[in-house]
Amino acid sequence: MTFPWLTTLIALPALGAVLTALVPSGRGVLAKQVALTGALATLAVGAVISLQYLFDLDVGVEAERYEWIPQFGASWALDVNGISLALIGLTVVATPIVALAMWREAEPDKRDPKTFFALLLAVEALTLTAFASRDLLLFYLVFEAMLIPLYFMIGMYGGPQRRYAAVKFLLYNLAGGLIMLAAVIGVYVLSVDAGSGTFFVPDLVALDIAEDTQRWLFLGFMIAFAIKAPLWPFHTWLPDAAAEATPANAAFLSGVVDKVGTFGMIALALPLFPDAARDFAPVIVTLAVVSIVYGALLAIGQTDMKRLIGYTSISHFGFIVLGIFALTGESASGATLYMVNHGLSTIALFVVVGFMIARRGSRLVGDYGGVQKPAPKLAGVFLFAALSGLALPPLSTFLSEFLVISGTFLQYREAAIVATLGIVLAALYMLWLYQRTMTGPVQAGNEDTPDLRRREVAVVTPLIALILVIGFFPKPLVDVIDEAVEPTLTEVDVDQPGPLAPVADETAEHSNEGTEQ
Amino acid sequence: MISTYSTLATAVSTQAEHGGQVAVEATGIYSWTWLLIAFPLLGAAVLLLGGRRTDRIGHLVGTVASSLSFVMGVVLFVAMLGEGDAERAFTLDLWEWFNAGGYQVEVSLLLDQLSMAFVLLITGVGSLIHVYSIGYMEHDERRRRFFGYLNLFVAAMLLLVLAADYLILFIGWEGVGLASYLLIGFWQHKPSAAVAAKKAFVVNRVGDMGMVLAVASMLAVFGSSSYSLVFANAENASTGWLTAIGLFLLLAACGKSAQFPLQSWLLDAMEGPTPVSALIHAATMVTAGVYLVVRSAAIYDLAPDARTAVVIVGAITLLMGAIIGCAKDDIKKALAGSTMSQIGYMMLAAGLGPAGYAFAIFHLLTHGFFKANMFLGAGSVMHGMNDEVDMRKFGGLRVAMPVTFATFAMGYLAIIGIPPFAGYFSKDRIIEAAFAENWVYGICALLGAGITAFYMTRVMLMTFFGARRWKQSEPPHESPSVMTVPLVVLAVLSVVGGAGLLYLTGDIVQWLAPVTGEAHHDLPMPLALLVTLTLLTVLAGVAVAWGMYGRKAIREDVPAGNPLTVAARRDLYGDAFNEAVLMRPGQYLTRSLVYVENRGVDGAVVGTATAVGGLSSRLRRWQTGFVRSYALTMFAGVGFVVVAMLLVRLP
Amino acid sequence: MSPTPYLVLSVILFTIGGAGVLLRRNALVAFMSVELMLNAANLAFVAFARMHGNLDGQIVAFFVMVVAAAEVVVGLAIIVTIFRTRRSASVDDASLLKL
Repeated sequence: MTFPWLTTLIALPALGAVLTALVPSGRGVLAKQVALTGALATLAVGAVISLQYLFDLDVGVEAERYEWIPQFGASWALDVNGISLALIGLTVVATPIVALAMWREAEPDKRDPKTFFALLLAVEALTLTAFASRDLLLFYLVFEAMLIPLYFMIGMYGGPQRRYAAVKFLLYNLAGGLIMLAAVIGVYVLSVDAGSGTFFVPDLVALDIAEDTQRWLFLGFMIAFAIKAPLWPFHTWLPDAAAEATPANAAFLSGVVDKVGTFGMIALALPLFPDAARDFAPVIVTLAVVSIVYGALLAIGQTDMKRLIGYTSISHFGFIVLGIFALTGESASGATLYMVNHGLSTIALFVVVGFMIARRGSRLVGDYGGVQKPAPKLAGVFLFAALSGLALPPLSTFLSEFLVISGTFLQYREAAIVATLGIVLAALYMLWLYQRTMTGPVQAGNEDTPDLRRREVAVVTPLIALILVIGFFPKPLVDVIDEAVEPTLTEVDVDQPGPLAPVADETAEHSNEGTEQ
Repeated sequence: MISTYSTLATAVSTQAEHGGQVAVEATGIYSWTWLLIAFPLLGAAVLLLGGRRTDRIGHLVGTVASSLSFVMGVVLFVAMLGEGDAERAFTLDLWEWFNAGGYQVEVSLLLDQLSMAFVLLITGVGSLIHVYSIGYMEHDERRRRFFGYLNLFVAAMLLLVLAADYLILFIGWEGVGLASYLLIGFWQHKPSAAVAAKKAFVVNRVGDMGMVLAVASMLAVFGSSSYSLVFANAENASTGWLTAIGLFLLLAACGKSAQFPLQSWLLDAMEGPTPVSALIHAATMVTAGVYLVVRSAAIYDLAPDARTAVVIVGAITLLMGAIIGCAKDDIKKALAGSTMSQIGYMMLAAGLGPAGYAFAIFHLLTHGFFKANMFLGAGSVMHGMNDEVDMRKFGGLRVAMPVTFATFAMGYLAIIGIPPFAGYFSKDRIIEAAFAENWVYGICALLGAGITAFYMTRVMLMTFFGARRWKQSEPPHESPSVMTVPLVVLAVLSVVGGAGLLYLTGDIVQWLAPVTGEAHHDLPMPLALLVTLTLLTVLAGVAVAWGMYGRKAIREDVPAGNPLTVAARRDLYGDAFNEAVLMRPGQYLTRSLVYVENRGVDGAVVGTATAVGGLSSRLRRWQTGFVRSYALTMFAGVGFVVVAMLLVRLP
Repeated sequence: MSPTPYLVLSVILFTIGGAGVLLRRNALVAFMSVELMLNAANLAFVAFARMHGNLDGQIVAFFVMVVAAAEVVVGLAIIVTIFRTRRSASVDDASLLKL
């Protein structure tokens, strides 16, 4: 038997969470160090796993399946494909960064920082399980379980309205989860009817479900994912949570944890209910386009920086959902890539805004102005994050956004054209934010803003490096994603439009299998 | 099924044709083409990441990086001259960028006659402007950063013109946009500069929508965005799609080249330091739109409607820019209006199809020389006048600043098209081609030439002639030689550039023909008559300007002016239009959406929560705490159950 | 054997117990009334057991007694504690367990 890499990947942060919680209170620094070590160890394991997939080095990562509740056919089943690998990579990279960004923000003047770090690692373990799980019951369980530590993270460490935001977050997501639970049970019952009851996803994908039934079950899953993702009009918990949570927490929430929603769409909802997905695709594409434009317009209208970034995330999640449900190879690969890139760029934005808030003590845009003068490095990093937020090529976000738009264009031309409005609005909200906070005469209260410290540089450097590297050399990542997306689309079985123009003669024999319209 | 595109891409890319020329794999010296981009990119990286440590050598590093790129360009050019006429296109595949869903993009470069011309312009004029900036930005504490941005710009612009795939071109396209944003807003502490920078970027983004949609359409139609595949298959595509792609590309070009209706950002962009205005907003970046149209010749050739749209945009902008240039008292804004107008000429020529592509590029090159020359001249004037830009406060500077005056005059003669200066050769040909195509186009172009002569003469007279109107205690001084030497070089190019290009490249039309194709046009009148007509129009423009500004003393206050002047001063209400039609409704829309979000969408959520809470606080009243009332409820419940069971049993 | 007399007695006992619980304020009396109701139920169980001739009903009756005994222990303790603190055994006075 080979080494259980995937279980190790999940066990490490869980262990880290327990150890951090066991540190005696009052020893805040030790707790932080333990947590950071746990996160870094997880990162190392994650790096080993991705080696195998990105660069074809065989390190022996294999699918794992152990019995859990045999009576129900539930198992501890883990596997990795390109889609989950991308998101696992994002999670393991993001956690140490977020931990480091929180280093000072969770100081004892509020509460013992150890709780926050223990909860952070717990969320990491749960999120990783969600991405790697191939068992529906397991997925559902962690999908719901991760709400609890997040509830406490928001409710204990956030801003003045944190209780309201935390309760709203919890209730909203629980409501979605309950509907999903009904659908999960529904799928299980169908599998019982078909022979043996199981929660193992590959077996469930093989089930032949009647189209009517598919629709109801699909809706049950989609509502939960649309709340998590969040898709208009189920989004209103996110701006509150983003505004009230600490910046690093908000970064982890919208940058990493919410990806479970979009991951569920592409990795569960599509393959389990292909017919229903095809039927509902136009509706979801419409909602996604509304999200893109609506989120962007609302971002322009915000006065609170964290809330503003929360709304930009809604706009970007709109792009991700659009890409998934446009159901073309380009758009779905682009959407998956977008999940990673949005994570990186949103974390960068939240983290930099967090630096600013830590200096000035205000979230309001109006309290800043001319910060680039006293703190040019801070301004430079902020501008970089803003540029990646508005998807400037060759930063990594560009490729994903472009693939989503162009892939959507193949199926839904109007939707793609409206979605391009998003790129103009993105420039507006990002650069306007930069203009109001960083440029112009130095506003009172900002004269002595200190520039980036060493810890802060260490936080942003990996983000910037990754955004650049993925931007210039996305091929390995895109390849594994593409490889994983293709079977999903084959499952859904939508006609992939080929080039409209007849191809020049000398290539005709290469292409006769795909160009007929 | 999904992999179709990639098979296509590999099958065709090796034997692509554009304008009849076959691009071959780059070997020998050509395989080093990437160095052109690498030098300035490295320079930018060193300067921007190096921090304060590179403060002292920043300007040198920047200038050397740009100059190395120029030397490399010259080497490649000489090598290219040695090749056969139609064997001058080389592709260089660097690495595969991605392959998603069968859509494959290589990071690849294409060096051919067209990109060669741009490489020389960008690195040549760029390096001169780097040298000039050493003097111009000497007292700016952030000079290193300025050179970093300039290098970034040069690298991005080179990528733009050397790309062999529309998506790679787009990287350069946005890169120059970023550099432009950073440089317009270089003096970020000025709110006006920050606003102008943001405006430029956002307006350009509107154009980028066109670019994104154009590439998306190419993906839909051709399954690829590489030049080779798109151009080779263009004739198989439907005219409707080609027209759509052409119009999308035109939208992109309008944004980058400040053409109507996306022209409004260019005048505000003059907030940037003057060398930036010369390099980015006159000589190179703003001409990228023209490059895009000419590069896409294979598409436009087959989409006459899209070409007509290009011509109309060009003609409108040509006149608009010229009219705006007539009314501006700010020397840089007058020149910016002129830039718009001259790019309008190029667009007009590019829209004429094979008959005009080469002339558009020819004018683009000569314009790069003389407009950079004049902008730098204006910068030199400002340098001597404590950054004053109002021409009503200049006057009589020819004595104080003889070198600046002489070089500016060369540029002036070139732009109004006096033979044998550079502009004469290029502009005259555009006017000819326009007349050959259509009388209306021709008259627009001719009129533009007259107005150009008027406003340039006005700038010349107000700045260098007439009475001194400056008030400063010490007289204006001539700029240091680090600034005047580039001026002199550019002035020489303004004089001989036109004829020189014709000689060096064996007639620019022949040089570019393998890329753009060529077509001969029949003039509706004898050539000599047309040339005379053009010269007479120009002289008339000069004469009117002399009558208005040369003979009479210039008032220092701004006269009321007629309605056209007032309109031109306000940029022909372009900004007013944007504000009334886009900004105000947009602000209203966002405000009302925020309201809808808080009261409507979120209101529904919060409302539900409040309703549930209210209901539960009602129900709570039932819990009185009196044990006996609970007991009574239980008895009633039991009684109810018993009665219900009896009722059900009864029948 | 006719169960009717036993059942009538059981109903009478149950009704007395129920009325006691509802009408009397004294906690001890209410408590005794509850016991009366339980015993009424026991009587019915035993009667039916006898009628059917098996032991199920009797077993249930034993269970009820056990539960009743346990209940008395806990309940009396609570009542005594309340009486000690409030000097009153009225169930209406102890109505604080509400929102």
